[in-house]
Amino acid sequence: MLAEHAAQSTPFCCTGCQAAYEVIRGCGLERYYALRDQAQAANSTGGSTLRATDRRFDEYDDETFQALYARPASADTHLRRIELLLQGVHCSACVWLLEKLPQVVKGVVEARLEVGRAVITVTWDPHVVPLSTIARALDTLGYTPHPARGTRARDIRRKDDRVMLARLGIAGAIAANVMLIFLALYAGAFETMEASHVQLFRWVSMALSVIAMFGPGWMFVRGALAALRARALSLDVPISLGLLAGTVWGVVNTIRGEGDIYFDSISVLIFFLLVGRFIQQRQQRAAADSVELLFSLTPSVASRVGEDGIREVPVEALRVSDVVVVLAGASVPVDGVVLVGSSSVDRSLLTGETKPVAVRVGDHVEAGTINLGGLLRVRVEATGESTRVGKLMRLVEEGSRTKPPFIQWTDQLAIHFIVAMLVLGLATIALWWLALPHDGGLSRGLTNAIALLVVTCPCGLGLATPLVMTMAMGRSARLGILAKNAAAIEALGTRTTHRTLLVDKTGTLTEGTPSVTSWTLADDCAFTLTDVQRLAAALEAGSQHHVAKAIARVAPHSEPSDLPTASDVREVLGAGREGTIQGHHIRIGTRAFALASAANSIAATSNPLTRAENEILARGESPVFLSINHRPVALLSIGDRIRADAPQVLANLRARGWHIRIASGDAPQVVQHVGAALGIPANDCLGGLAPEAKLALVRASREHATTVMLGDGVNDAPALAAASVGIAVQGGAEASLAATDIYLTRPGLAGVLTLLDGAERTMRAIRWCVIASIAYNIVAAALSITGIINPLLAAIIMPMASLTVLLLALRMPTFAAPRVRPAAARSASIEPIPTALPEPTP
Amino acid sequence: MSVLFIVLPLAIVIVGAAVWAFVWGVRHGQFDDLDTPATRVALEDDDYAAPHAPAPAERTRP
Repeated sequence: MLAEHAAQSTPFCCTGCQAAYEVIRGCGLERYYALRDQAQAANSTGGSTLRATDRRFDEYDDETFQALYARPASADTHLRRIELLLQGVHCSACVWLLEKLPQVVKGVVEARLEVGRAVITVTWDPHVVPLSTIARALDTLGYTPHPARGTRARDIRRKDDRVMLARLGIAGAIAANVMLIFLALYAGAFETMEASHVQLFRWVSMALSVIAMFGPGWMFVRGALAALRARALSLDVPISLGLLAGTVWGVVNTIRGEGDIYFDSISVLIFFLLVGRFIQQRQQRAAADSVELLFSLTPSVASRVGEDGIREVPVEALRVSDVVVVLAGASVPVDGVVLVGSSSVDRSLLTGETKPVAVRVGDHVEAGTINLGGLLRVRVEATGESTRVGKLMRLVEEGSRTKPPFIQWTDQLAIHFIVAMLVLGLATIALWWLALPHDGGLSRGLTNAIALLVVTCPCGLGLATPLVMTMAMGRSARLGILAKNAAAIEALGTRTTHRTLLVDKTGTLTEGTPSVTSWTLADDCAFTLTDVQRLAAALEAGSQHHVAKAIARVAPHSEPSDLPTASDVREVLGAGREGTIQGHHIRIGTRAFALASAANSIAATSNPLTRAENEILARGESPVFLSINHRPVALLSIGDRIRADAPQVLANLRARGWHIRIASGDAPQVVQHVGAALGIPANDCLGGLAPEAKLALVRASREHATTVMLGDGVNDAPALAAASVGIAVQGGAEASLAATDIYLTRPGLAGVLTLLDGAERTMRAIRWCVIASIAYNIVAAALSITGIINPLLAAIIMPMASLTVLLLALRMPTFAAPRVRPAAARSASIEPIPTALPEPTP
Repeated sequence: MSVLFIVLPLAIVIVGAAVWAFVWGVRHGQFDDLDTPATRVALEDDDYAAPHAPAPAERTRP
């Protein structure tokens, strides 16, 4: 209805956006577009998997459903609240749009979006508006809602997060203040300082440190006790021993009023250790969230045929041998057998196969596939986790678990470091005592040992590494690369001899949506190519069929209103479309349909069409004929176009020594054709792979090589999860995003190169930090053992050295946008990024 | 007698207040989502003063 507006503005990235656009205009909220991230919008033309589903969401009003997912907003109102997981939340403008929901739907009291999790919390008045209306409104806006499952588990985790953050705050404040007090103490040591002041500082720092130790720091002791009870040794044991010993020593010396105290080290150590724990906790959080997301995205509703007619019920309520109805365009909620009806089914979610598969009575259909044709009645054979999709999700979970944990060698190093320093300290005392048994050797040895323990610090190891990682991940996000864990960056940044890249075809190497790949005109065609394209587009305009949409997109027109209008349009399911435009009778469709009355003429002429048709079939694409007034005029090829930047990116990767293989669920001959176009040898083009086969391929490949999986679909999800590093491309299915380590938010494959460069630089930065830290410690240890550094100097040097290492870590170049010369700006997105990089200056 | 004996405890009290405020914020979920509010502050503006769109709820019904 508002399609004419569409042409004036930016092209839409998806039909969801188009639908949203219409609704937004209708509600007078055009300012959305002024606010939207322009760069992103300009980039994301072309197809996407998002769209309004036109579902009715009746099950959202069901009592079982509401009991499962909704809850009262507060104790004393009738308002209710629900968390809904939304597909398609990407940018900050989504916040603006979605939080205007109370304006769009009467009865919605409040809507709050959490961008990071893509979860909207809606508070609504059930007396005014049913939940299904709200769900439909969200759907119309282009954000398909799903009930967020596992909210209770998340509530618990959120509480944990808050406790941890509070600990961090307290420990941080105490650490900073104790450091200040000690600054005064150290500074005052050079001059005479009033004894009463010194005592005041000592007592205050003791009080603060005891709070830090028995408040935030107590979690280490608790962890150590738990480990000891289980007769195991964890990192917490040496940590809490050290902390407790230091605290007791300090308290005793403070009460005695003389001797050294180390409250500065203790309080700062507690803070840094907590920071490390916090980062670790967040990473584990991300992994747990991903599996939850998967379950939220499996279909949650079915139309059950019961005695009282057809009712929409939550999938949880379905039993085996119930009968459900699947409407055209809807996704199949269960695994089952077709009882009534015939249709074609899009199984790309499961197999990656682009062509729909025909199903008849007695055939199996799987949950998650999309019914493209007519109405089906399906007898339920499996629901929920026992469906094929559910099993795939379990594979994803397993794949994530078998991943090597974030290689904690710096942690290990830190432990060895502490042990080594304790041994060295004891050795220092012993050596000085032995060397000067009567000349005060014991006291000199003690002083030097203390200086040693103070001056040496595993900071560069323990803190710089996660810091560089966190910084790198933050910077990469700004470049459109979302990395979910540090292990992925580590694996990509480490050069190994055998590196294999497995690439999915559909939607990764190719655009994933059908488009017209070639036009062939008949010899005796009286029309120009442009004319034919315009006529075709005019005829196909308004059709919902995916081939028709591809044809309608291709016409070189600026305004849809410029196109002639077609009359007497008729669509024949599985055949094509016909209509009359400007007096011409036009048919587009299969050979049998379009050339029904012209079959003889095409056979008789030495027409290029016949030759072209054979070529198209050989490529594994679909030929579509166009006839005007019963004369064959043109032949279109409908296929899945290779992404524009794919050849260059793959060539660049090969030059870096990557072994590239295609792993696709699509027919082998199609895969071979795409592989040939990209210069990949035939024996590396594997087609017809089920998700399980892809998983096996990844596992086999990981035996002898770093294996990176690049994919987009749910059928790739298990393989993505099991690979050394899984990378999902823009437009990928939400389930595959959950399974991956890294998600490219910008279209195209160029991000892979940026990612590799950035990861290599990040690892180099980390190596530098470790080297710098080790060098510092060796020198400092030598100086303090020999007595050149006294404890006071040590206490001043240590924080400065730590700060230097941290600054170094922050300044290290990691991820950076590829530098582009202005002249080359146009092709910037697909230009290979220079591999020779400036060495970081230490 | 030194001013330090007054100033230092006072500083500790102020720090205590700051820490209490932080912990209060954490407990009340102020730090649960750090991404959305950052954009929210930039986006919410005159629109809340704008009159409601004419019966927009009707549009969402099929």
